Amino acid sequence: MVKYHEEPLSRTFGALVHETRRKILVRLEREGSVSISELAEPFAMTLPGILKHLDVLSQAGLISRTKEGRTVTVQLRASPLKGAVEWLRRYERFWAPRLDKLTAYAEREERKASKPR
Amino acid sequence: MTSMTLVRRIRARPGIVFTALTTAEGIANWWGPDAGPVLMSECDARVGGRFRLRFRLLDGTEHETSGEYLEVVNPTRVVMTWEWTFGGEPDERGHVSLIEIDLKPIDIGTELTFTHAQLQTKISAEHHEWGWSGSLEKLVRYLSARQDPAATR
Repeated sequence: MVKYHEEPLSRTFGALVHETRRKILVRLEREGSVSISELAEPFAMTLPGILKHLDVLSQAGLISRTKEGRTVTVQLRASPLKGAVEWLRRYERFWAPRLDKLTAYAEREERKASKPR
Repeated sequence: MTSMTLVRRIRARPGIVFTALTTAEGIANWWGPDAGPVLMSECDARVGGRFRLRFRLLDGTEHETSGEYLEVVNPTRVVMTWEWTFGGEPDERGHVSLIEIDLKPIDIGTELTFTHAQLQTKISAEHHEWGWSGSLEKLVRYLSARQDPAATR
């Protein structure tokens, strides 16, 4: 009903579909800035493996990287998720004004019905 | 798959709300007109009966939805299927979702609980193997509440 930019949305949801990437995002939300080697630690995964996931997250705009000396740290960028939330709420936006109007209409009908004759 | 629930407390008895929800004339009275006109409204509110509703939005686009009544209990409950037969949500095309409406008598009139369930999501459409339980939706909402630091430099 509402036009969404399909591409960024698909990238966002595509990035979120993998459990490792969701865990990375949750960790970044909690800890703010985390180095890539620290990020790789809890996963039984090679560094190239984790870098692949970080690339997907970068392409979706969900993380940014900062270089401090020889260490690269990663931060969460939450703004692309706003579009995802809007998309998830599309039916709420569709129904809420209609139910408000249903309420107003039913209340008018009730007043008509209960008017003494 | 995901769902949404909205609740309204209405100063009208359940019978009046039920009629507004289950008759073509009733629906036409609240569906429009400031969201755009209802072009066609058909309603056969009994188990196995169908509804069909065509409407135009202010942007000029036309949409049509239809469905089948699965439960009709006057004046407390209506359950029906919902599918877009014209226009609507591209992601939902060919997908049947479910609307459940409960009307509970309360002191001021009626408490309406409206649930639209089994809605298709991009995740469930593209990744059937990943069991959608609403937990990802929660994660998205949770993470999105975080403010990005203002662009540095």
